[in-house]
Amino acid sequence: MVVSSGPRQTGGHGGRGASPSHPTAHLDKAHITPMSDTAIFQAPGSGGGLLDVFRRRYLLRLLVHKELKARYHGSVLGMLWSYIKPAVQFGVFYFVIGVFFKMNNAVDSYAVYLFSGIIAMNFFSEAFGNATRSITGNWALVKKIYLPRELFPVASVFVSFTHFIPQVLVLIVGCLVTGWHPTIWQLAAGVGGFLVLAVFALGLGLIFGALNVVFRDFENVVDLILMVATWGSPVIYTWTAVRDALGDGPLWWFYQCNPLTNVVEIFHWTFWYPTTDGQAPMPTQMPTFVAIAAGVSVVVLGIGQLVFRRFDGRFAQEL
Amino acid sequence: MGQRQLDQDRIRIDRVSKHFTLRHTRAVKEIVVKGLQGRRKELSEQFTALRDVSLTVGEGEAIALLGRNGSGKSTLLKLISGVMGADEGSIAVRGNVAGLIDVGAGFHPDLTGRENIFLNGAILGMSEAKIHQEFDRIVAFSEIEEFIDTEVKFYSSGMFLRLAFAVAVHTDPDIFLVDEILAVGDEPFQHKCLDRIRELRDEGKCLVIVSHDLDMVSKFTERGIVLERGRMIHDGPIGEAVALLRQRSEG
Repeated sequence: MVVSSGPRQTGGHGGRGASPSHPTAHLDKAHITPMSDTAIFQAPGSGGGLLDVFRRRYLLRLLVHKELKARYHGSVLGMLWSYIKPAVQFGVFYFVIGVFFKMNNAVDSYAVYLFSGIIAMNFFSEAFGNATRSITGNWALVKKIYLPRELFPVASVFVSFTHFIPQVLVLIVGCLVTGWHPTIWQLAAGVGGFLVLAVFALGLGLIFGALNVVFRDFENVVDLILMVATWGSPVIYTWTAVRDALGDGPLWWFYQCNPLTNVVEIFHWTFWYPTTDGQAPMPTQMPTFVAIAAGVSVVVLGIGQLVFRRFDGRFAQEL
Repeated sequence: MGQRQLDQDRIRIDRVSKHFTLRHTRAVKEIVVKGLQGRRKELSEQFTALRDVSLTVGEGEAIALLGRNGSGKSTLLKLISGVMGADEGSIAVRGNVAGLIDVGAGFHPDLTGRENIFLNGAILGMSEAKIHQEFDRIVAFSEIEEFIDTEVKFYSSGMFLRLAFAVAVHTDPDIFLVDEILAVGDEPFQHKCLDRIRELRDEGKCLVIVSHDLDMVSKFTERGIVLERGRMIHDGPIGEAVALLRQRSEG
């Protein structure tokens, strides 16, 4: 019964206890009782970060369940709201941009085009936004009991995933109505795109969730980022409009390296492209951009973990 | 500290200090103004909660942390549990840590008693199988059988605390931390909690108890640590520790 996660040293603490020069290190091995020799000395609270979340996935499941139950508590429609909200959002965009701005004429099955981008953005906004607030929101637990705190941002991402699924189902119905014939590669790309998005959102959520503990300004910064991000990717317009404006230069590359833009394009390829006549152009060098986007997401997750670890010891006293 | 008979250490605290920064403001305007006026020191205050504390606790040992309010007892418990990190020195523990500290912290009012048992058990480090195995005992201990499927927000404060305690005392940590056990529940329930803690001690768990109830800790522990304004002023037999604390409080 050990929560041992390997000897990990945080900021020079912890490891010293086991060093031979320690005054208590004279206790020789013969004295160790059999029941306890599996445990090793380590600094309390110095877990394995995201690896600990994996080890405690049962707790993660309960935290996600708690979150969902608390959110829909006392609500008649409950989870149905996660269908209604995107549907209304879709309706507004569809009429304002599709009909009034005549995008319906410019893009084949524009409804599917629009919705495949919207669901990517909805998932990202919810996951990133809630992960940012997850540490401050669970202050009672963070302040009083030690848990791998990464659990909270990860739980936020999972909660967002449960809201993402109904949207995908609605979209798939829309795709089937418009005549959807995806290849296995297009479906696989969709799953891969989602994973890139989840990793990116979690990485950013870890960074801003930790910073938000020290300065609550960061939740507003995140709201601002999300507002810009919603319009910064080809959700309601097409990528060709951006290239026409930016040209083929570094600005275009910069635009294309945004993981969000790539995932939106991947979702277009998965859901929208197979409903069209296949004449619409897809961005050239797409595989390169996707590889860069995946790389960026993984790097952001790595940075997120480091930043989070860096602030973790201060959470309890800052809240 | 050589007189103790112990198999092996559970907690090693080596020259630990903990400071808190009390910021008076976070507003940019004030920070800039004070900064320009060269009065940056007025923006925050340093407060040392623990200063150079060294301590080793062995397996099967029960110790009491004594001291007046603000002496650093709870901070030390938080450092041992890992909720906070030390600023100087090192702390190492062997095995997992749980205990009776803020027992209701993991409870959610919208969940039922049953759901809260599972959530809290998992928060305190119990596995799914272990919670299933202990479930009936936890419910019996809390004496709220008929309300177990009621949402916790409808519980009286006594029921809430009984359930929270019941979960906490059924975890199976190697190091058990106890902060002010007698502050809650009616007398029969307090006795039940004390019996359970005695049981844990007899099972050879490492116990660290913080309490102002000097008679109670005298019965539970042989060793007492006295803290005063963050410094350790005594580490020895509990009788001496209690006497020292009483003498200090009077003087």
